Amino acid sequence: MSLRRTLAVAGRVLAQIRRDHRTLVMLVVLPTLLMTLLWWMYEESPVPIFDRIGPALLAIFPFIVMFLVTSVTTLRERSSGTLERLLAMPLGKGDFLLGYALAFGLLAAVQSGVAVGVSVGLLGLEISGSVALLVVVAIVDAVLGTALGLLVSAFATTEFQAVQFMPAIVVPQILLCGLLVPRESLPTVLEAISDVLPLSYAVDAMTHLVTSTDTGEVWTDLAVVAGFVVAGLALGSATLRRRTP
Amino acid sequence: MNNVVEASGLRVVRGKKEVLHGLDFSIRAGEVTGLLGPSGCGKTTLMRALVGVQAKVTGSLTVLGLPAGSAALRPRIGYVTQAASVYDDLTVAENLRFFTRVLGAPMSSVSEAIETVDLVDHKDQVVRDLSGGQRSRVGLAAALLGSPDLLVLDEPTVGLDPVLREQLWGTFRDLAAAGAAVIVSSHVMDEADRCDRLLLMRDGAFLADGSPAEIKQKASADDIEHAFLTLVRGTAR
Repeated sequence: MSLRRTLAVAGRVLAQIRRDHRTLVMLVVLPTLLMTLLWWMYEESPVPIFDRIGPALLAIFPFIVMFLVTSVTTLRERSSGTLERLLAMPLGKGDFLLGYALAFGLLAAVQSGVAVGVSVGLLGLEISGSVALLVVVAIVDAVLGTALGLLVSAFATTEFQAVQFMPAIVVPQILLCGLLVPRESLPTVLEAISDVLPLSYAVDAMTHLVTSTDTGEVWTDLAVVAGFVVAGLALGSATLRRRTP
Repeated sequence: MNNVVEASGLRVVRGKKEVLHGLDFSIRAGEVTGLLGPSGCGKTTLMRALVGVQAKVTGSLTVLGLPAGSAALRPRIGYVTQAASVYDDLTVAENLRFFTRVLGAPMSSVSEAIETVDLVDHKDQVVRDLSGGQRSRVGLAAALLGSPDLLVLDEPTVGLDPVLREQLWGTFRDLAAAGAAVIVSSHVMDEADRCDRLLLMRDGAFLADGSPAEIKQKASADDIEHAFLTLVRGTAR
């Protein structure tokens, strides 16, 4: 592992994205547009539903986008032969994964900054806790998407498979994260499952930030999500094989 | 002359099939070694074993005195696969600068490699917009970065214009003259005479190992294509 190589990978990933204008624009504005749509849907609702589900979606959107972008990019790297070239070079697997996490983490910071800024500033999302911490949580959620995307790309051999991991890995987490049914009201088995899914903690962190000024629980949830990120990257690194059949 | 690669009893299993059946060979520094044989005979598998990216390799295989695949070898081997293995959405120079950073080689190697593969006029073009031949030259340029001691080139001249092919063979000769060991695979027998030494391969085994002249003499044939046929018939009998 070396910082120079990690930064080289991150710089290269960002250079690729910078050249792909459409992807860049979508990465930055899509979550914000979806938040705006959500705000509009509940604009005339007598109960403040936007305030209830908005925070959860601020956690979910960057997670989904980064999961998809990462799993497809990494798969492309595997199928084009560039991954094999890199692994035949003096590049650590950790350099490769951290480089990706760093590049997408930066993009996530921009994406989440815009989404949080618009939600709080223009759409009137009420937040009791700190806005800065909200951005941090959103970035960690996006990096979680990156880590899981890197991991599942190892199990996909085609783009079709990679895209299908989204309903397989992401949708159950969205259903069980407390967005539709509060987690404590789920059937016992499902509640237990939701307790071991990373997105549940990501959404909990967001909800705490919005409902309370006490940041203790936010940091705990954030630590759990960060733990999943590290585990995902470690497992992802185990799936990168220098020697292949 | 010193051997850069030494192999004995080299076997590789892919899936349930053995594709290389106990090969013994060596590759010397300062020479261009041609690995010739039809598609599917195991050339790529052999090259992947040298580079250390092939799984299920048994027998003894050392490169520059170390077991193939050792971490210390990675900066010393240049490898070109049949796919260009470069980033389509970056320019030629951006690709090479990235690989140079990964290798930790001096940045001056970028312009040298671009000159060697004759892409100076295209260096700021995005790889996606290049022709197939130009793309594969970007892949070759990436393998030349950092002046490796062993160059493993898997069919580097396929689909190239004859003038450029001539030029690239000149480059391979220069690299060998500068002391590198160069191994080039091809399924086109007419490239044989450009090599110092040939390994003729068929179905995961060697038919012949020697200089083009030696092989032709052994098979009493005028060219390598006929020598190959004679040798195949000889082993079938």
